[in-house]
Amino acid sequence: MSREPAGGELPIASHDDVVRVRQLARSLAAAAGMSLVDQTKIVTAASELARNTLVYGGGGTARVERVERPSPRAGARAGVRIVFSDDGPGIPDVDQALAEGWTSGGGLGLGLPGARRLVDEFDLDTEPGRGTTVTVTKWCR
Amino acid sequence: MSGGAGGEGRIAALLGSREEAVLDRWTALVAENVRGRLTERELRAELTELYGLLARVHDDADGTVRGELRAALAEMSRSRARQGFSPSETAVGVFAVKQAVLEAVEESGDTEAYREFARFSAFVDDLGLVTFETYAAEREQVIADQAEQLLELSTPVVKLWDGILGVPLVGTLDSARTQIVMESLLQMLVETGSEHAVIDITGVPAVDTEVAQHLLKTVMAARLMGTDCVISGIRPQIAQTIVGLGIEFGDIVTKATLADALAYALDRSGVSVVKAV
Ligand SMILES: Nc1ncnc2c1ncn2[C@@H]1O[C@H](COP(=O)(O)OP(=O)(O)OP(=O)(O)O)[C@@H](O)[C@H]1O
Ligand SMILES: [Mg+2]
Repeated sequence: MSREPAGGELPIASHDDVVRVRQLARSLAAAAGMSLVDQTKIVTAASELARNTLVYGGGGTARVERVERPSPRAGARAGVRIVFSDDGPGIPDVDQALAEGWTSGGGLGLGLPGARRLVDEFDLDTEPGRGTTVTVTKWCR
Repeated sequence: MSGGAGGEGRIAALLGSREEAVLDRWTALVAENVRGRLTERELRAELTELYGLLARVHDDADGTVRGELRAALAEMSRSRARQGFSPSETAVGVFAVKQAVLEAVEESGDTEAYREFARFSAFVDDLGLVTFETYAAEREQVIADQAEQLLELSTPVVKLWDGILGVPLVGTLDSARTQIVMESLLQMLVETGSEHAVIDITGVPAVDTEVAQHLLKTVMAARLMGTDCVISGIRPQIAQTIVGLGIEFGDIVTKATLADALAYALDRSGVSVVKAV
């Protein structure tokens, strides 16, 4: 096999950057041995969260990395973790933001709740005026 | 003193008196790096122009020479970027002049010129930055142009049958793409009066809420013109992701394959396909 792709931190300042985050997520997920379905799920979640970082967070970063389970089951230890951070306005009402169909922009309001369902671990850390950090992890099955 | 390449003028004087030798050396150093892709003649002509400007920077009271120098460098970097030279191959074209001049200074044994060299060197470094910035901007432009070409290439609208259009989508469906797809689809609808359209997303790697919203908009716009759209090519992993996200396509007909979608549209147009006996 060819070289393992390296993870890393990518800026999110434009739509092209969103595409780059998606591509890096895809290559790490594939290298980790994730099934096509799971690859597509983490890539789609990455797409949603990166776009939120850009549109609502006013830009930020995404750190994409390969992670190992602390107590691995045979052959299913690898995963991909992505941390999206911005110093934007934060989310005043988290429950509302996570509710299906709620949007403050012109979206479908499915990005956050959808991304949460597509991954195995989802953590949303936000404070009005301070910014938002969303951490997601998807494990190989 | 203009504080530029000339300093107190010893290097300027050197550039004047040793023109042939320094130019020869500069050309040779750069030629090593761009071997084969530029002829010695082309290179020499390019560097002679730069050299002439460099030699005149010393008494450039109003900055015209500097401006010309920057413009000439920018032009050179742009053409290098277009021709596919690497950033370092491009930058060396400028930086190599330091080496050539330093050798001439060493030969002259002029200690004053040595002292001026630090300033000359810093000046050339600045020029190197100009080169690099122009190069980078031009590469971005090349990439943007290519992306745009791809954009247009990959969004054809084809006639599948009388009254049935096909829109095979390949790649990422962003807002710009969607706009083009929508426009060409609606245009073709007007031209052909088709009542059915099949939007095939077999070549779309992921469908997120943005892509879904774009698809929905396209379907709605076509509907307003009296055309029924079928979305086909929803692969298993995409189907699962769409469900995971909670996207609903409402009453839009979806089919697994383009063939299924075509059969459906034919049937709806009253065409039946039978095997010849
Ligand atoms: N990084 C962020 N910073 C501030 N607000 C955010 C951030 N991410 C999400 N939000 C808020 O949460 C809301 C819901 O986000 P979600 O992604 O679910 O929907 P959307 O982006 O509005 O639409 P969709 O993602 O379906 O196109 C957003 O409308 C926005 O108000
Ligand atoms: Mg969103």
